Amino acid sequence: MNSDRTTPVVHIEKVEKWFGRTSALRDINLTVQPGEFMVFLGRNGAGKSTLLRVIARIIRPNSGKVEVCGVDIQRRPEAGRERLGFVAHNTFLYRNLTARENLKFFAKLYQVPNPEERIRETLGWVGLERSANRQIQGFSRGMQQRLAIARATLHNPQILLLDEPFSGLDLEVSELLAEWLKEFVSHGKTILMATHDLVQGLDGAHRWAILDYGKIVEEITGSYVMVRDKYRQFLKERKSEFF
Amino acid sequence: MNFFSQAAAILWKDILTEFRSKDAITSMLIFGLLVILMFYFAFEPDRLEIEKFGPGLLWVTFIFAGMLGMNRAFAGERENDSLQGLKLAPISWAAIYLGKMLANLAFMLLVEAVILICFAVFFNFDLVPRLGWMLMITLLGTLGFASVGTILAAISMNTRMSDVMLPILLLPVILPLVIGAVSSTAAIFTDPPGEGLAFWLKFLVVYNIVFLTVALLLFDFVLEE
Repeated sequence: MNSDRTTPVVHIEKVEKWFGRTSALRDINLTVQPGEFMVFLGRNGAGKSTLLRVIARIIRPNSGKVEVCGVDIQRRPEAGRERLGFVAHNTFLYRNLTARENLKFFAKLYQVPNPEERIRETLGWVGLERSANRQIQGFSRGMQQRLAIARATLHNPQILLLDEPFSGLDLEVSELLAEWLKEFVSHGKTILMATHDLVQGLDGAHRWAILDYGKIVEEITGSYVMVRDKYRQFLKERKSEFF
Repeated sequence: MNFFSQAAAILWKDILTEFRSKDAITSMLIFGLLVILMFYFAFEPDRLEIEKFGPGLLWVTFIFAGMLGMNRAFAGERENDSLQGLKLAPISWAAIYLGKMLANLAFMLLVEAVILICFAVFFNFDLVPRLGWMLMITLLGTLGFASVGTILAAISMNTRMSDVMLPILLLPVILPLVIGAVSSTAAIFTDPPGEGLAFWLKFLVVYNIVFLTVALLLFDFVLEE
């Protein structure tokens, strides 16, 4: 297994995924280098979330190859998932457990060394140390999402997969999340984010891919403003197809 | 982290969440006690009738109370899409099954202990001389039920009418188990124990080995999308 700086952190070759007769992903080829912040743009149902879930091997592709840090995720899904953190709109947390208990549970599953110390450190980082012993059913959406970020980064993953992480967040938490993403990338880690909208926090992204009907239709490397204009143009064209 | 530590972590989490919410145990317990109470007032059976109908009554109560618990087994994982969080962890998905199955087994055994005590009190039936056998049969029968019930609860979780779907899927598969459990319980209700006891106990052991192994091997495919 290779996971040095020259090995792509994600390498996808000819991936196809079908749900029954519906094609969710078509001929996806992608290579992501360490330290990259890549954003998948597209309308609802374009295949962005499916692609992230294929990379995490929650979904098995019908054909093609997916490697995470040099590990074939089809053959060794557990070894691949060790290197991934995943933040989605849903938090994956248990409402009857306290913030600390939630993190303790995930620390066990991810075999985090010195879990108590790491949990304290992570709770402090997301600003939840005072609420550590409260059951999360009393948490606001923003607090739950902060804890979800703590959960996803607890094991110090090399790659962070984000599926619409800004949805439903207020401005303050959105700004915090954007800060954390920049910090994460500045440490040489990789971010792959799926979003249907050009929300804030994307100005730090290096590369963009527009997905449509399960296919990457355009890859863009450039400034946020350039991407915004191209994506708006793309949406306009798609809209005109319907009317 | 080995397979059993992974399962133990999930078992710990399920016990803690159930301890806080008490959703499954409360509904199972109330249902079980109501059934025993209803039978008591409806029939007021004598000693011979208890020997005849008692095993069936007990196992019908265990199974239907257990079904309520099974329906709750994955309900907690649907909130906040927590099952995705488990699937994303670097663990074997079979460990998720084992942890959840053991949690279901523990909840059912707890409820069954209370039901058994109530059965003995209401029907004035002396369980003490046959307690060892009763515990063994209850453990084997419940283990088989939890093994099959947990995997079928995971399958029915994503169906539109999961509460209805689970009994439809589960009851035909556990029919041989129920026959084995009722027959072996009937054998210990007579004094001395009936001849068929050894056969039915072996049957329950084989049922458990087969279905536990099959469930552990198939659970990956159940969770796969």
